[in-house]
Order: sequence, then structure tokens, then C-alpha cells
Amino acid sequence: MLRDRDRIFTNLYGLHDWRLAGAKARGDWDGTKAILAKGRDAIIEDVKNSGLRGRGGAGFGTGMKWSFMPKTEGARPHFLVINADEGEPGTCKDREIMRFDPHKLVEGALIAAFAVGAHAGYIYIRGEFVREAENLQAAIDEANAAGLIGKNACGSGWDFDLYVHRGAGAYICGEESALIESLEGKKGQPRLKPPFPAGVGLYGCPTTVNNVESIAVVPSILRRGAAWFAGLGRPKNSGTKIFCISGHVNKPCNVEEEMGISLKELIERHAGGVRGGWDNLLGVIPGGCSVPVLPKSICDTVLMDFDSLREARSGLGTAAVIVMDKSADIVRAIARLSHFYAHESCGQCTPCREGTGWMARMMDRMVHGDATLAEIDLLEDVTRQVEGHTICALGDAAAWPIQGLIRHFRPELERRIAARQAAKIQAA
Amino acid sequence: MSTPTFAFSADNLAQAKTIVAKYPAGRQQSAVMPLLDLAQRQQGWVDQAVMETVADMLEMAPIRVQEVATFYTMYNLKPVGKNHVQVCTNICCLLRGCDQVAAAVKAALDVDWGDTTGDGAFTLTEVECLGACVNAPMMQINDDYYEDLTPETATAVIEAIKRGGRPKPGPQNGRQYSAPEGGPTTLTELTSGTEKA
Repeated sequence: MLRDRDRIFTNLYGLHDWRLAGAKARGDWDGTKAILAKGRDAIIEDVKNSGLRGRGGAGFGTGMKWSFMPKTEGARPHFLVINADEGEPGTCKDREIMRFDPHKLVEGALIAAFAVGAHAGYIYIRGEFVREAENLQAAIDEANAAGLIGKNACGSGWDFDLYVHRGAGAYICGEESALIESLEGKKGQPRLKPPFPAGVGLYGCPTTVNNVESIAVVPSILRRGAAWFAGLGRPKNSGTKIFCISGHVNKPCNVEEEMGISLKELIERHAGGVRGGWDNLLGVIPGGCSVPVLPKSICDTVLMDFDSLREARSGLGTAAVIVMDKSADIVRAIARLSHFYAHESCGQCTPCREGTGWMARMMDRMVHGDATLAEIDLLEDVTRQVEGHTICALGDAAAWPIQGLIRHFRPELERRIAARQAAKIQAA
Repeated sequence: MSTPTFAFSADNLAQAKTIVAKYPAGRQQSAVMPLLDLAQRQQGWVDQAVMETVADMLEMAPIRVQEVATFYTMYNLKPVGKNHVQVCTNICCLLRGCDQVAAAVKAALDVDWGDTTGDGAFTLTEVECLGACVNAPMMQINDDYYEDLTPETATAVIEAIKRGGRPKPGPQNGRQYSAPEGGPTTLTELTSGTEKA
């Protein structure tokens, strides 16, 4: 188990003062000027060497992403945008960072902005997180008043202004280019890529978009050294991670653990185990609702990191672990997700706009077995028609949970169809 | 019949100027979402008059404002009750019993999804994931989250608001935010939460 002294989010549960004084007592804003004095290239190199992979779901190397920004500022200013539009069902980690450890995010924002050459940063926080936005704004105000950000931030000679921008209830704005559109005051519809934000982002300017957790761990990495972070977890899957464990466990919770911890240990040690014991486990969605569900046989041994879960044909995603015991109606659970995607599709691409509705309606029938056996393959085929045929990954995200269900729980779908047909025959 | 009009109050007008100043010169369109939110906080919902006022302030075509107002779910395009009760029914809440919580809230308010109570005090809405999944099931009332609900505690929250109270937001089962019930399994070695070993 990760030792407490290796944990980054030491106020995860809001037991301590989240304001500047409390944050400083926990080590935030310690030697930030010296970190900046190392220079842009050294900071990016450190973040690369730490092995930090983006914590928003895709797992792209954070240092690598930063290095894509132009080396010098041209006619167009650079921007840092922080994705705090946390809305992937199962995921509730950035919320805790913003309300209980906001200074980690503000300090990380300064360092990241300096590293990518940005003098302005926007934190795009989901609109429903009103209280979290208040804490975050209070932390920004404190940091400004203390000279930690703003003009000559921390005495570094670098000017940096940080702003909070509240969303208004659109899941799609968690997609970085939709987020940028939204920040520009438009509908949140994803852009075609390329060009990538590092070339053409906010207001057409070079922009880096990072998840809250990715940014918030950066100060600790730079203070304690890339080797410290890289030494935690497994190769190419390094560091610590906040896991959100929800659903059918005895004690749902958020917990910061080492990457690569086994799923079973994570659930049993921190979440009080599966309701009714491990053998009562039906399946787990290991990384937020967009990744395929895993049956118990895989959950028995799988490790919680990007590469292990990819090998298991699922994904770490946001590390939101949704647990279902044998009492769960797994078909209804996945059908609920299908309705979510149909609701959240921005409507721009036809396969997603039409396909998510199709999939939701077919899943509704599967819940009651009101289908024929051949329709399972038809449903699978529809998911393949959507997957990979849209501008952004929402289409993929709508397809994968159904694919996971069919891959691992096909007998349950067949059982419902057979039961329904038998009932019909009996009624006739 | 006169056309409805909308004007920001003096305080909100000052706040609107602060908001616009957060964005680079010439990029005032970025302020459309916060200004719609501000207007909604002033008059409870977003109507055509609000959209036109905001369009005028930000030098946007009214249709561009309307696109934004209709794209995002948090803008109420018709009046809502004084207390907007939003119950999450997404997967984590579903697994933890939101069906029963929703039924209890509907019974306490005597309305169905989308309806407003006769006295205009409450509007009930079914919503997608609100991002408090380890504290499921949960509901949002205006700006506050009520978490770890049971049908009984959800009803108690509603009844308290009916009586003019403001129940304490957060977990309704006494737990420490998102820590496991009964106490954290981590961070126990640190007294002040200090980062250093």
C-alpha cells in the first residue's frame, strides 16, 4: 500500500484547512520560485521523466503534451486551459481537489503555464460545481493577494493570470476542443483535429489543455523529484492516482493509491469490499462509464493502470471504479449509460446523433428481453458503425459499454430473450 | 401586450463588467455563459429578453446567444420553482438506490419529473451524473449537493426546506465527505496533512 508520506492529496477528505495558510502548512507553494528558476525546458524534462500520463482519461504523456507548444511566443499568445468539467459517470476526484486542495491546482497552473509560455489560464469547471468554483476562486484570490500569481508571480518575473470559467451542464465540454469552443462562447461542439490545440486552440492560439489532477500533481513532482514519482506504480504507468470507488461496495470512497494496485486490493482495502463478499461480484467498470465492463474472472487479477486495463480490453479512463454485485441488473445499468450518451451527444456527427438513440432504444428492449437473438449481433454491428466514425470520442464511449456487455455477458442477454419468448408462448 | 424586457440590476451590471474583463479584448463573447447564468440568478430563468440583452452587451447576434442558451442544460428556458431539485439517476446512483430516492422525493413534493409544485416552491428534474458518485445517491437543490441519501433522509431534506429551513448540504449519513464510512483507511499517519515525510 502507498505510504501516507507518498500521498499528494493530503487533504482529500477535507479534514484540514483548504485555504492558503493550511495549504502552505501541507507544503504547497514551497520554493515555487526556485522551481520556475530551473527554466522551461528543465521543468518539461522533469515532468516527462516522472512518467506522468494525463489523468483525464486518455493517458497521454503530460510532459510530451507541453513540449508540443511553440518554443517562443509569436504574434499569438499562449494559453493554459484546465479541464475541470468532471462529468464522466463514476468520476468525482477533481471535485475533491478543487474544494479541499485548490492551492495545489493554482500552483500547478502557474508552473504549467510557465512551462508552456502562457500568461493566462482558464479553469473550465462544470457548472453544477458551484461550491467547488467558490473555493477555487477564493484560492485564486488568495494567491493573487499574496503575489503567488498575477504580476511577477512568486517573484519569478513571470506574469500569470488565472480565471475560473463555469460551464453549464454539457458532458461533451469535457472533450478538449468542445471545451475550447464553449470557452469561446459557443455551443460545445468538438472541432476536427488536426490542428491540435497546441497549434490552434483557444481563440486560434497555441493552447495546452490538461486535466485538474494532472496539473495538481505537478508541484509535488517538481519538489520531490521526477524519480520519486516514477518510482511509484509500474513502468510507463507511474505515480499515484485518485481512485473513485462507487456502486456495490460496503464503503464507497475516493482514495489516492499507487498506480498498478490490484483492483481486488483497492476494493477490499479501501472500500470495505464488495457487498456480500468478493465472490458476490458480478462485474466492474474500471475507469468511468465509457470503458467496457469486466467480469469477475478478470477482476480477480487485473491491475489498475493504463496498460494493464488496456490488455484486458478495457481502460483506466478516469480511474472511476463502478462495482456491481450479483444483485445488479447489469443490462439496465448499461442501458442507462446508453441513454446518457444519447442525451449528451452534441448532434454534430450523424453516426453519433442517430446511433446513440438507436443503441439506447435497442438496449431498452434488451433489458426486458424484448428482442430476437439475432438482434444481439445487430446491436453489436450498430456499435461498430458508430465507433471510429465521429469527430470526437463520444461515439466510441457510447459504443464501448455495450460491446463490453455483449463480450462478457452475452448469456444474460440471451437468457432474457429466451425467458421473454417463453412467457409469450405461455400467454398464447 | 408589451414585450417582456430584461435589465441587469446595478450590482449585477457591475459584476457583468468584471466577468467580461476576464477575457482578452475583443473576446467578450466568452462571457456569454456567465452572463446567462447571472441573468438566470436574477430572474430565475432565461427568456428571449435575457438573450437579447446579453447579445446586445456582448455584440453578438441574438441567434448565437440562443444557440448557447438552448445547448446547455443548466439554463432554464421556462420558469422553475424557488427550489430546483435535481435528482441524479445515472449509473452509480442507480446502483445505490436512486429509484427509491426519486420515488420518495416525488411523493414528498407530489409532482413528477419536470413538474413544479402548485405553490411554485419546487421544481423536480431528473438529471445526468452530477459528479458525486462515491456519495450516491444524491440530489442537487439550487447550488448545494445532498449526498448519501436514503428515501427517509431525502424526504427529510425536502420537508425541512418546505418549513423554510436550509438543511446542511453534503453527506446525509454523517460521513466525512468522500472518505469511507467509519473513517479513512489512509492519511491516518499525518496529523496536519503535511506533505513532507
